[in-house]
Amino acid sequence: MGDHVDLALECRDVTKRFGKTLANDHVSLTVRKGEILSVLGENGSGKTTLMNMISGIYFPDAGQIFVDGAPVTIASPKDAFDLGIGMIHQHFKLVDVLTAAENIILGLPGKGRLNMPQIVKDIQALTGKYGFELDPNQKIYDMSVSQKQTVEIVKVLYRGARILILDEPTAVLTPQETDKLFAVLRNMRADGHSIIIITHKLQEVLAISDRVSVLRKGAYIGTVDTASATEGSLTEMMVGKKIDLNIDRPAPLEPRRRLSVRGVHLKNAEGRHLLRDVSFDLYGGEILGVAGIAGSGQKELLETIAGLSRAEDGSEILYYAPQTQPEAAAGAAKAQTPSPSEGAAADDADGTDGATAIPADAAASGDHTVPDGPGKAAGPTDAATPYGAASDGATAIPLTADGAAATDLRSLRPSDIRRLGVRLSFVPEDRLGMGLVGSMDLTDNMMLRGYHSGRGAFLDRRTPRDLALRIIDRLDVSTPGVTTPVRRLSGGNVQKVLVGREISSDPTVLMVAYPVRGLDINSSYTIYRLLNEQKQNGVAVLCVGEDLDVLLMLCDRILVLCGGEVSGVVDARSSTKEEIGLMMTGKVTQTA
Amino acid sequence: MGTSQTNKPSGDAGPAPATGTQGKYPPDAGHTSGARPAVHREPLIHLSKRDDVALPKAVLIRLAAVALSLVVCAGVIFLLTRLNPLDVYKGFIDGAIGTSRRTWVTVRDALVLLCVAIGLTPAFKMRFWNIGAEGQVLVGGLASAALMIYAGGRLPGPALLAAMFAASLLAGCIWGLIPAFFKAFWNTNETLFTLMLNYVAMQIVTFCIVFWENPAGSNTVGIINSAKNVPSYQAGYLPSLFGNAYGWNVVIVAALTVGMYIYLKYTKQGYEVAVVGESENTARYAGIHVRKVIMRTMAISGAICGLGGFIIVSGASHTISTSTAGGRGFTAIIVAWLAKFNAFTMVVISFFLVFMQKGAMQIATQFKLNENASDVITGIILFFILGSEFFINYKVRLRRKT
Amino acid sequence: MGILVIFIQKAITQGIGILYGALGEIVTEKSGNLNLGVPGVMYMGGIAGLMGAFFYETNARTPNGAMGLAISFLCAFACSLLGGLIYSYLTISLRANQNVTGLALTTFGVGFGNFFGGSLSQLAGGVGQINVPVTGAAYGKIFPGLASMGPIGTIFFSYGFLTYLSIVLAVCLFWVLFRTRVGLNLRAVGESPATADAAGIPVTKYKYLATCLGSGLSGLGGLYFVMEYSGGTWTNNGFGDRGWLAIALVIFALWKPLNAVWGSILFGGLYILYLYIPGLGRSMQEIFKMLPYLVTILVLIVTSFRKKREYQPPAALGLPYFREER
Repeated sequence: MGDHVDLALECRDVTKRFGKTLANDHVSLTVRKGEILSVLGENGSGKTTLMNMISGIYFPDAGQIFVDGAPVTIASPKDAFDLGIGMIHQHFKLVDVLTAAENIILGLPGKGRLNMPQIVKDIQALTGKYGFELDPNQKIYDMSVSQKQTVEIVKVLYRGARILILDEPTAVLTPQETDKLFAVLRNMRADGHSIIIITHKLQEVLAISDRVSVLRKGAYIGTVDTASATEGSLTEMMVGKKIDLNIDRPAPLEPRRRLSVRGVHLKNAEGRHLLRDVSFDLYGGEILGVAGIAGSGQKELLETIAGLSRAEDGSEILYYAPQTQPEAAAGAAKAQTPSPSEGAAADDADGTDGATAIPADAAASGDHTVPDGPGKAAGPTDAATPYGAASDGATAIPLTADGAAATDLRSLRPSDIRRLGVRLSFVPEDRLGMGLVGSMDLTDNMMLRGYHSGRGAFLDRRTPRDLALRIIDRLDVSTPGVTTPVRRLSGGNVQKVLVGREISSDPTVLMVAYPVRGLDINSSYTIYRLLNEQKQNGVAVLCVGEDLDVLLMLCDRILVLCGGEVSGVVDARSSTKEEIGLMMTGKVTQTA
Repeated sequence: MGTSQTNKPSGDAGPAPATGTQGKYPPDAGHTSGARPAVHREPLIHLSKRDDVALPKAVLIRLAAVALSLVVCAGVIFLLTRLNPLDVYKGFIDGAIGTSRRTWVTVRDALVLLCVAIGLTPAFKMRFWNIGAEGQVLVGGLASAALMIYAGGRLPGPALLAAMFAASLLAGCIWGLIPAFFKAFWNTNETLFTLMLNYVAMQIVTFCIVFWENPAGSNTVGIINSAKNVPSYQAGYLPSLFGNAYGWNVVIVAALTVGMYIYLKYTKQGYEVAVVGESENTARYAGIHVRKVIMRTMAISGAICGLGGFIIVSGASHTISTSTAGGRGFTAIIVAWLAKFNAFTMVVISFFLVFMQKGAMQIATQFKLNENASDVITGIILFFILGSEFFINYKVRLRRKT
Repeated sequence: MGILVIFIQKAITQGIGILYGALGEIVTEKSGNLNLGVPGVMYMGGIAGLMGAFFYETNARTPNGAMGLAISFLCAFACSLLGGLIYSYLTISLRANQNVTGLALTTFGVGFGNFFGGSLSQLAGGVGQINVPVTGAAYGKIFPGLASMGPIGTIFFSYGFLTYLSIVLAVCLFWVLFRTRVGLNLRAVGESPATADAAGIPVTKYKYLATCLGSGLSGLGGLYFVMEYSGGTWTNNGFGDRGWLAIALVIFALWKPLNAVWGSILFGGLYILYLYIPGLGRSMQEIFKMLPYLVTILVLIVTSFRKKREYQPPAALGLPYFREER
């Protein structure tokens, strides 16, 4: 980097350690005045650590930061503000019970009485200038994710920042909101601001930035002009080798309905609807993606199915056990209908339809056993079957009937679900706050879902220990041993432990929420591979994701949620990001 | 913010001007470096969390804290009494274990403290801040005293003791369940709820004293069943065991200590307590009935604290008053916390604290000073031990030389 | 009528000490620190004020009331501030658990008060009964003329300066907390220290200042009991459990200083209600003495039923803050 270029910011040989991990190893970086620089790297490559040092959250162990060519010491966020550096964190730093305006002026100097009306006027002037939409008097807890992000950006602008750092700003936005944000960022660049965007999304890097700096495993790899970069060249810099970024998507095999969600309503304590009339079917052998803006009911949907929240009366969550064991199927057949043997029933259904004609009537009469077979008239619901009645014929796969008994999970608690033998596995979004106990070791975490099995008051630690050892071996988990608290493991290894435990119970339905969030590329692909393996074993996979590109590559169908309602189910093979984005904001609804 | 406010010379952090249509750094102004703020200094002290600390090192840090607290305590006593520091320590030893009787009083009081701390352990492990041990001990003691008064002489000795044992468990259990119920269903703040219940319990005790006072007008209960030559003489007193008056106390508390260790470490219920304590979400996810676990655990916690009341009333004081618990409910909280829920560490801490208290009281008496000296000493020791945890969890590095 | 006036006046007299404790604790809790050491801090403030006045009066040739007042006030404030400093150092710098540290401070502070209260005469060379008549008088009624003007005078003008100061303090605290930048910043620290830190607020400084000043204010509650309420004498365990009531009052007032004013009068009234209900036997009186605690429990339960955002404690209350937490 020549000295003649006007540099806003420079990091020279910055190093930071956390315990034994070297988060940044002699990283050097330059940002010019009036440019947008992308900092690209996998999760865990040290991007956020570096930015936290520039914004005064962490203090570097070694190295020097220069602002406008002069060496500076940034010991606190306040120092960073004084230097005109403002950071928009991935996890917003806002006080919930305060208004937008109060959050914006937080920590600014000034004496005496607060003149809120004047402050509000100033903020409105600023938002008008760059084209933000913001009500300064709104409380943060009433805001959507993108509104909160706006507050964060206005906050740093109000403080007069001219170097803005945005940490994964698009992770929570729809494609349309992303475009809007980028337009605002370009306005700011034109105004002379320097902007650093941390991201791992290649398309966005190419779309917005002037230059790209790449980090890998805490080390600085290099900087290139965006104009001369391609997705392939950037990936290679980021990962260190050429890799294929495509995700396999085997065609669904013999899809059988495993879960039928019908008219599910969920309200919170204040009576607000979190889910409204959600209905869909989930088939064995498919991956059904769930897309939506953060907080559109994804988490609630999975937790309701898993028995953690109880849906309103009248909702139905029907689970169909697989009939791989002939006895069970025979039993079920005997119990309900004198007609042909179960094999024949299944075959007949194959030929016709029956599988999806379901149960409102049966369930309403208190009989949770689903009658099916040739006798059942083909209703209009058949059109909704994604594979049996596929219109394009490309993925037409004959449907197999599921003659097994249906269990309504609506009013069941997780312990009841397990007791009834319902094989439902769930990898929640909050891995260490729900799926695992951070302070416990691997063995004790393996027990979490099955500790109560076996007689007596005492715990059996031998079985879970063996399971832990198997998972470490099969999924290549890097850990000092089974007695290490899981909190000490890296993000990728934590997820492997969690997914490993959940698939070890041989599930019929597997629900995963944001399965690759925070994982590096290798771990992400391990998880995709595991999900595909499950799919091919006939497991019904429900996968909530935030990265639409990934959902479109991985899933067979995608269910789009908006404000707790289903705005449609689309075929992932033939849909585009923009279509889904519009459905996420409720501007378009459709049913595939 | 006043509109009249002028930006300071280095006003980079000042709010946007009232005119507001311009950002603080218009295209050109942003490039001037005239308004560069003063050079910031690197912070003096850097902290980082330790991943792991070797056990010997942790023990060493704690011992250092204890040693330091002993020095400070001796210093304080020296300032007050001008007693030679060496004599202070001699006084401590003399006061705590100088005679066989003093030794046994020390043991007796440490056992009560330990018993309450053991009772608190499952609640704390569940992250349920049971500050109500004082009240739970009181109601347990009250139940024991009531039976001694009303059933003394009418029930055979062992049956009376068994009834008292059970009644104190039950009373403590109920007292623990009340806040647990509200916590479980409405997430009512348990720290303050249990705290308030302490004083409700104290008022119940004073209420009962009105009826039980002996002699009349003294507003105290006196030693219960102390009249000789009546059937109730010494009814409900824990008998001596192995020829020692406090033998049963030792046996009961030792059994509780071992039992609690096993319960928390090796049973399914203990595992549930740990999971609920770490994260209620995880517990719900794991299919644990969180409400049930909260109430069950607090029932156990309250019951053991109530049993502490039984040990005090039946095994030591043979009377009841508002000071029966004597602050031990609060001290036990600190003991349980410092021991990090390890039942055996609690033994050590309980004995150490009571040793120091007895020693301080001895010196206070010797110099005609107030016996509350022991609380001051306890406080000082606790400050040091609490502070020492920091050096176990964090690594401290000073500013680099430039 | 007459008895009601007396009752109200006595309720206020009972409540002011609790009010000081609560005001201090509100400031402390707004910074995210739950200081359960308030009872201890109040004992420390009380005994320090008394000792200051005592040594002044025994050593001065002609003790002057105003001087004694100033000395005892400063001693009380400084000593309780010191208690807060111990707590702050342990919980903020050394990140010890707040509940446990607070309880240790209570053990220490109550012991400190009772120890010096019970040993003062011995330490001073066996002077016998401790009292500070001159200073005590200076803390007495400041409007003796107005106080005798019927019910209005009794209810509004029959107190010493500490009573009026507490009301002024409550109003000032309200203004600072909710109408100034400093207050906004302090509330942010208690709600989310990480956010406050990222916004450039010196979190540690705010926490230290709020906790120490809060302790200082709480300690004035002890001074009030010793000087205005007891007229300059000490009884061991004389405050009883009013320190815990102060903590209860913070919740009752929903962390708002102005609510604490009328809340304190209500608490004071409940505290002495048994004296004003005719025909109560001794045993029933004891039951009535439970009222303040039962009311607090009731408030706890009711606020937990209604989960309104604005009624909740500061979100980061009780949690340590470490910037480089990962």
